[in-house]
Amino acid sequence: MSLRIVVCVKYVPDATGDRRFADDNTTDRDSVDGLLSELDEYGVEQALKIAEASGDAEVTVLTVGPDDAKDALRKALSMGADKAVHVNDDDIHGTDVIGTSAILAKAIEKTGFDLVVCGMASTDGTMGVIPALLSERLGVPQVTLLSEVGVEGGTVKGRRDGDAATELLEASLPAVVSVTDQSGEARYPSFKGIMAAKKKPVESLDLDDLGIEADEVGLAGAWTAVDSATARPARTAGTIVKDEGEGGKQLAEFLASQKFI
Amino acid sequence: MPKSALDPRDPLGLDDLFDAEELAVRDTVRAWCADRVLPHIADWYERGELPEVRELARELGSIGALGMHLEGYGCAGASAVQYGLACLELEAADSGLRSLVSVQGSLAMYAIHRWGSEEQRQQWLPGMAAGETIGCFGLTEPDHGSDPASMRTRAKREGADWVLDGRKMWITNGSVAGVAVVWARTDDGIRGFVVPTDTPGFSAPEIKHKGSLRASVTSELVLEGVRLPAAAALPEVSGLKGPLSCLNQARYGIVWGALGAARSCLEAAREYSIGREQFGRPIAGFQLTQAKLADMSLELNKGLLLALHLGRRMDAGTLRPEQVSYGKLNNVREAIGIARTARTILGANGISYDYPVMRHANNLESVLTYEGTVEMHQLVIGQALTGQAAFR
Repeated sequence: MSLRIVVCVKYVPDATGDRRFADDNTTDRDSVDGLLSELDEYGVEQALKIAEASGDAEVTVLTVGPDDAKDALRKALSMGADKAVHVNDDDIHGTDVIGTSAILAKAIEKTGFDLVVCGMASTDGTMGVIPALLSERLGVPQVTLLSEVGVEGGTVKGRRDGDAATELLEASLPAVVSVTDQSGEARYPSFKGIMAAKKKPVESLDLDDLGIEADEVGLAGAWTAVDSATARPARTAGTIVKDEGEGGKQLAEFLASQKFI
Repeated sequence: MPKSALDPRDPLGLDDLFDAEELAVRDTVRAWCADRVLPHIADWYERGELPEVRELARELGSIGALGMHLEGYGCAGASAVQYGLACLELEAADSGLRSLVSVQGSLAMYAIHRWGSEEQRQQWLPGMAAGETIGCFGLTEPDHGSDPASMRTRAKREGADWVLDGRKMWITNGSVAGVAVVWARTDDGIRGFVVPTDTPGFSAPEIKHKGSLRASVTSELVLEGVRLPAAAALPEVSGLKGPLSCLNQARYGIVWGALGAARSCLEAAREYSIGREQFGRPIAGFQLTQAKLADMSLELNKGLLLALHLGRRMDAGTLRPEQVSYGKLNNVREAIGIARTARTILGANGISYDYPVMRHANNLESVLTYEGTVEMHQLVIGQALTGQAAFR
């Protein structure tokens, strides 16, 4: 039986655009163009590599998002994924990471899986906790933040590069993995891939299809709430640090005060 | 109300005229150029070489850019509009890159695909589509440019074989090509030949001292008693119709490509004008600068509309060669005008390779005359309008 790989991807606002919040303090997805999160491209790439190595695998890309999110699916299909699942429901608007993981888990179970591949975080919310939440909800092991990953037999193996140590990890399938931006550059969608993507199946699901009640998700069901958001003030003249023996310390203090370190 | 503010990079919203696949093709080429070409191009250009040409060709092959508008034999089978958008993005990086792809796909591969035997297609096209084999196209000679009918390169029958003697000039990809499509005079008119470049008597010395297309391999082809089997001739065509049909394909790509160079120049000038202060304010705030930018943007976008119109006609099978002349003439002439105007906005910085403007302007000097000079296209259009042939 072929290896069933599900890649979770997110449609995010283009970071080069003018990103802002909407009136309800959710991400404004209407005022700026979106795209497949760059960090999720690494997930798609590793899933495709695993599928190519296996010779008998099916890669499904899964997203939760509004109508435009189909663009993210189309790009992943152009890169070589076999089919796509798009969970789209007006009641999903405002869902936090807890709710999103619930929706993804139901969709993954409905699709069927041996391996779930995620990027290391989204480039908009940058929470980075979806893989762990999925692991818990699906009741399968998690092997996260891998810079190298492969499947041998019924086992997924990978390497996690930490600050102090490199860990070699493995888990029996089914499992959830996430890959970092060090896992290997994502391929360009080839022209043949772009044209083939048109004919690949995209399944649309709503909350009813997944057996999820509207009040479990959305803004009302969120465990977190954003009370207010303020744009960072415009850049001012800047601070000049004169090195009189304490320059390094002053630089560090400045960076710490700006929450860079 | 529009979704977002006017985008100075697409002020007329022309992106709305393209479908999702067309934009995806554009995005792939744009991303590849940003990763693989733009970080190096100024250096390559200054050194006058394309140091990674074989690797670049393989990468272009893997995304499907080589012979992309041809069907079968490993080609992507893309539409004319998709091909045009790819040319535009490649030339926004550098005309040399676009020339590599144009010569490979529209000249060498197209000649074999359109006029070759099934054996020739199967032998050459898959490797060329993958970028494993680079192709070149020999029509122009040292003494015969706009008037190829007067060519001196000759193919003589010796038994079943053909023997080619002559010289070809200004041949893009020549020195790195594994296969050359060479046009030669025979007793039965002009014929095309598929010449493996390792055939004895074939050589392709590179042309140095170029002030344009410096990140492109340009060569002379020297044919001295090049003996080829009968099967090397392109069987399906004789006469100038053969090479001219190929040139029509390549010219179509230039209609789009030149706009890429123009776009890069306009964008460089626009950004520069906003950041550059003189007399206490950005030069973008001066009326004379704004007049230049407005006119550049106007011509760029008119050119895009023309290119797209021709592309849709090509996809519909209704595009005439004279219509391609309108596009080639207008879009290259306007592109070089945009490049030169951009140069003036950048002042002294305009001549630096730290900005793309001078590189594009110099490249467009070649693009202005190759694949039909301005004058030849004026004559083609003049003949179409009047019925009078003024040049033959």
